[in-house]
Order: sequence, then structure tokens, then C-alpha cells
Amino acid sequence: MDILNALVVFLNFVFIPAAAYGAQLALGALGVTLIYGILRFSNFAHGDTMAFGTALVILVTWGLQALGVGFGPLPTALIALPFGIALTSLMVLGTDRVVYRFYRRKKAAPIILVMASVGVMFVMNGLTRLVIGVDEIRFDDGERFIVTVRDFKAMTGLDEGLALRSTQALTLVVAFAVMIALFWFLNRTKSGKAMRAYSDNEDLALLSGIDPERVVRQVWIIAAALATIAGTLYGLDKSFKAFNYFQILLPIFAAAIVGGLGSPLGAIAGGFLVAFSEVAVTYPWLKVVGYVAPWYEPGGLMQLLGTEYKFAVSFVILIVVLLFRPTGLFRGKSV
Amino acid sequence: MASNRQATASANPWRAPLLFAVLAVLFVLEGTVRNSMFSGSWNTSLAILNMGLISAITALGVNMQWGYAGLFNVGVVGFLAMGALAPVLVSLPPVEGAWSAGGPRLILSLFVGLGILALSRLAWDRTRKGWVVALVLLVGFFLFRGLFDPAVQAIEGNNPARHGNIGGLGLPVLVSWAVGGVFAAGAAWGIGKVALGLRSDYLAIATLGIGEIIVAVMKNEDWLARGVKNITAIPRPVAYEVDLQQNPDFLSFAQGWGFSATEASGIWVKLSYMSLFLVVLLVLILLAELALKSPWGRMMRAIRDNETAARAMGKNVTRRHLQVFVLGSAVIGIAGAMMVTLDGLVAPTGYNPLRYTFLIWVMVIVGGSGNNWGAVLGSVLIWFLWIKAEVWGPAAIAVLTGPLAEGPLKEHLLDSSPHMRFIAMGAVLLAVLRFAPRGLLPER
Repeated sequence: MDILNALVVFLNFVFIPAAAYGAQLALGALGVTLIYGILRFSNFAHGDTMAFGTALVILVTWGLQALGVGFGPLPTALIALPFGIALTSLMVLGTDRVVYRFYRRKKAAPIILVMASVGVMFVMNGLTRLVIGVDEIRFDDGERFIVTVRDFKAMTGLDEGLALRSTQALTLVVAFAVMIALFWFLNRTKSGKAMRAYSDNEDLALLSGIDPERVVRQVWIIAAALATIAGTLYGLDKSFKAFNYFQILLPIFAAAIVGGLGSPLGAIAGGFLVAFSEVAVTYPWLKVVGYVAPWYEPGGLMQLLGTEYKFAVSFVILIVVLLFRPTGLFRGKSV
Repeated sequence: MASNRQATASANPWRAPLLFAVLAVLFVLEGTVRNSMFSGSWNTSLAILNMGLISAITALGVNMQWGYAGLFNVGVVGFLAMGALAPVLVSLPPVEGAWSAGGPRLILSLFVGLGILALSRLAWDRTRKGWVVALVLLVGFFLFRGLFDPAVQAIEGNNPARHGNIGGLGLPVLVSWAVGGVFAAGAAWGIGKVALGLRSDYLAIATLGIGEIIVAVMKNEDWLARGVKNITAIPRPVAYEVDLQQNPDFLSFAQGWGFSATEASGIWVKLSYMSLFLVVLLVLILLAELALKSPWGRMMRAIRDNETAARAMGKNVTRRHLQVFVLGSAVIGIAGAMMVTLDGLVAPTGYNPLRYTFLIWVMVIVGGSGNNWGAVLGSVLIWFLWIKAEVWGPAAIAVLTGPLAEGPLKEHLLDSSPHMRFIAMGAVLLAVLRFAPRGLLPER
């Protein structure tokens, strides 16, 4: 029974939270990696695009709630999501038209585009604060739990409980569906193939008659959709606070680089790798060890690093990858 | 950016003096005119100027990295925080009992930590086996924590209500400014060693990370600088207002100028700080200009403008990049130490990347990347506008929303006017980057 209890504690505090967080990171990293593959720069505004999209989703959610529209046991934000995606896409296409297109035509160095993205980040950050403020906002409604600790204990008779929040399950389901749709788009549709061709070799793609502006527009729309979905899921799962979305930029970049910039599969793998390492390193393992090895009595909590340093984990992963395999696990772009 | 960033036609030689004169007029207006736009107080004016000068030194460091070498440092806030640690560790008086509680053990554990990193490097070079390195690091980590944790507990347990930190050496605060530069340079060396020589965005991402982590360390390691409990009473290099107000000579001097004692003492202290900062700034500019005009500076610019050609000429690009990155970060570290000295306190929660990293970038870009005087002009100007936007922003919004009917929308807009500053700064950055990429004072 002790082994089962240990397993339940592990699932409850490590596996399920890390899986949900990993899915959110993976969606964010997919956006970064796609932008990198097509436009060839690291988009520093991605975190704030996530925040902006989520802010719009929250506004629409409030509107729907005021109208009395709900989604039964699911959060109302899911209905609001398409509106948020549409508005965020418009915003992102607008920034491309006003900011990035100019440098693309001039064939500016990637670092100038990175710097421009910092300017966009500033503007988006201000807009988000303007639209929704800086306070912490919870906008999840509907059923809170799929499995509660009490039900689980009653069901299994174990000492330890397992809770599955509906936002966690929702994150995994939605992220999985989005990833399937994305890979179907990239591998099966003509536009997706054009996008991959453009990412692999720009000149060859141009020669084969692919319209670069069309590819760029599509990738921005996809990135905006991914950012809004990732941001909304993150906000539903934790809570919405504009500054957190700036901070999540580091794990997202780490995930994209670990997987190899420009590689969608790598971004997903990287997202889960970063999330699992982060949770595993900052979780106090005392309880799990207590069940598995009751004879062993450690002095402390068996926590490798305090939760305050969770960003250090993604940073260390980033450093290790940069040192030993700068192209990432899935051989992304090197230039 | 195009291959060459220097202005093609020779710029108007009066441009720089003219712009600096405009800046001076702004500060004089702030000091003398009292209306809805300016405060009319020399204390406010000088306070803005002092912080502007510190921003100028920070921008000088960033300008070395970006303007000389094209390196994009997104962790300015972290290097400032590194510098901020120096006054705490160097010039605070020693804390009674802290050293005997765990000082030697702490130092030992830090050396062991560094030794383990060096050992893992050695293991990698000798064996080229990942698992050996991982084993060294894993064993080393537990060894380090075994030494480090008890020492930290002992130090933090030492009179935690008042101290709980390791304390300083009690040296003059001016010494700590140089030490701040050394601290930041150390951090920059580590990060540069890893991220330079790879693609240019990697340095940006890695510095973003180190910036977050340094600030996190400052917030959570109470033994270092008391964490979020803040350190107050950093010793001052200049006189205290209270002492001045009790000095009869000073009082008669103040009366001669027609200022009240409180006002005059404030102005005197700020002027003393200003002179100190100006000396540091001018010395740094002199050194930077000399370096830029030397063969070394020409080589740096050659590398920036065409890396491939410079490499073909036998220049070690990565090494030069590391050099200039460390130097620039050292200057940022000096600014960090100076800022803490001016404020008199270390408050890690205030280290916000939007304010300390990205605003500095706006200053450098607006001022003119590659031009040291441009960095100074841009910093003081943008800092002035940033502070005044707090006053002007709501006023502007009130005018703009004037025709709107009273209601929740108008209220919301009025409440959120502080956020307009971010939008405005972002827009300024984007506009300058696109329409005047050489900035106010172009590189010569």
C-alpha cells in the first residue's frame, strides 16, 4: 500500500501539475519556434502576446457571463477563446505590418528584429495593463474538480488523496487537440507544406512560387492562436497576472532552444522536459520518500531547490544545451 | 542593420551642444518655474538629474556592448543588482557575531562550489563523457549544500530581527563602487563564456535568464543582503541633511542664497552627489572615447560591421566579444553600486526588468547607439520624460477624455494613465529604431 500511496503523492504533486504546465509551455514554445523558423528571430514579445490574448479572452468571458451565457461544467473562457484568438491575430498582424515587415524587406540582421520585438513587448505590456490592470484575476468558472481528494480517498481507501482539477485536464485535452491540428496543418495541407519549405530554404521556396507574405501572415495567425490558447490555459490553471507572462518567457525560450529552434516537435518535447525538471527539482520529496523508504529519515524536506528558484532550473537546462548541443535535441536551425 | 552604422555626411557640429542645452533648459525650468507642468523645486530637479546621471552610466555600459560590438544584453537589471550587492558587502559595518557564526564555512562552501564547476569542466575535457560530468555535478551539489546550508542557517539565525546577514567590511562606500563593477564583470564573464560565439539571439536569451536569477537570489538569500527585508542605511559618501541643518556656517550660507534650511540642505546633498556622479561619468566617457579611438576600438567596430571579414583578418571575434561584454557589464555594475548609494537602501523587489533593462535600452537607442555622448543625452532626457510623464500623462489624458461623458470608461482611462508610459516608451523605441536608427547623436 505504501508504494501506492507514494505513487498517488507523486501523481498529485508532481506528475499532474508538471504535465499541465508542460503542455502550456509547449504551446508557448511552439509559437516561438514557428516564428523563429519563418521569420528567423526570437520573438521577445511572445510572453506579452500571451498576456494580451488572455486579457481579451477574460474581457469576452466577462461579457458572456454578464449576458448569462455559460458552458455548463466547462469554463466560459472556452467560448470566449475564438474571439480572443481573432482579436489577437488582428493585433499581431498589425504589428507585423507596422513593425516587422520593414526590417524583413531591408533584410536587417536578426538582432534588430529581436530589438524591435522588445519594443512591441513594451507596447503590448502597456496595452494589457491598460485593458485589464495589473491585479491578479481568476476567471475560471464551471466545475472546479474532476476528482477531489475526498472522493479519491473514499473510492480507493488510500491514505493519500489525488485531486484532478478540471483546468488541468482541460489543458491537456486542449493542448493535445491543438498539437494534432497543428501537425496535420504542417504535414498535410498545401499551406503547411509551403510553410515548411519556406522554413527549410527560403530561396528555393521563393523559386517554387511560394508567396512569402502569405506564409508570414499564416505563421503570425498560428502564433497568435497558440499564444492565446497557451495564455488562457495558463491563466485558467494558475491565475492571470500580467507580470507572470513576462516571466514565463524564460522557460518558453528554454523549451524552444532545448528542442531546437525551428523544430515544432522539439518545442513540445522541450516544454515537457523543462516543466518536469522544474517541478521535480523544486518539489519537496520528503513525503514520497517516507512511503517508499520508511526506514530512512532525512534531515530536511528533500527539496533540491526552493520554489523561488524555479526559473534557475530552466536557465540551467538552457546553459547545458548551449554548452553541449547548441542546435537542440531535435537539430533545429544553427544560424 | 546595414553594414555600416556611421553617418555618411558629417553631421552638424552644433547638434550635440544644442541638444544638451535644450536638456539643461528643461532642468532649469523644472527647478524654477512652478506651474502645472513643472514643480519649480530645485530638489526635484536635481533628484531627477542624479538618477538620470546614474542611468547615463548604465547606458554607457550598454552602449559599449551594443554600440561597439552589437551585443544585445537583456539582463541589465541583473548586472545592476550585482553591483548593488557591493556596497552591502563592502561598506556596511560588520555584523556582530555573523562571521563567527558561519563566515569561514560559507566562504569555503562558495569556493567548493566554484571548484566543483571547474572540476566538471576538467572532467569533460579529459573524458568527454556526459555521465562523468553529471556524476561530478550531482555529488558536488550535495557536498556544496551540505557545507552551505548550515552556514547560511547560522548566519541568518544571528539576530534575525535586525541583521541576519553576513554584514560588510566597513570600508568606504566609494571603494564599493569599483567592487560593484568587479562583481558584475564576474557574472558577465560566466554568462559570456557560455552564450557568446553562438547565434546572436542566444546571448539575449541567456542574459534575460541571468537577470531574473540574480534578482531572485537577491530576494531570497537573506544572508547576503537580508532579501526582501531590505538593507537600509548604506553609508553615504556625502554629508547628511540633519548635520547640515545644525551647522551654523551652512545656515548663514543658505540664508545668503534665500533658501530655507531644509531646502538648502537637500540641494547641497544632491549637488554633492551630482558632482561625484559627474566625475565618474566623465572619467568613464574619457576612457571609453580613448578606447574607441585606439586600434582596439577600430577593431571592435570592424568586427561589429563585418564579423566574417574581421575573422578572416585573424581577429578572434568571440574573445573580443567576451572582452567588451565584460567591460560593459562592469560599467553597469558600477552604476548599480552608485544607485544603491544614492538611494541609501537595497530593495530587491524594486528591480523590475521593464524599468531597469528595457528603459535603459530605450535610452541608448534614442540617444544614438555607438555614441557615448548620445547615450548620456538619451539617458538624462528619457529619464526626465519618464518621471515627468507621471505628471503629464494624467493631464494629457484628462484633456483627451474631456469631451467624453462621465462614466466608467472615462474613469478607467484616467486610472490607467500610468500604464500609458509603457506604451509611449515602446512607441518611441520602435519609431527611433525605424525612422532614425542612428538616434539623436549619430556615431561619428
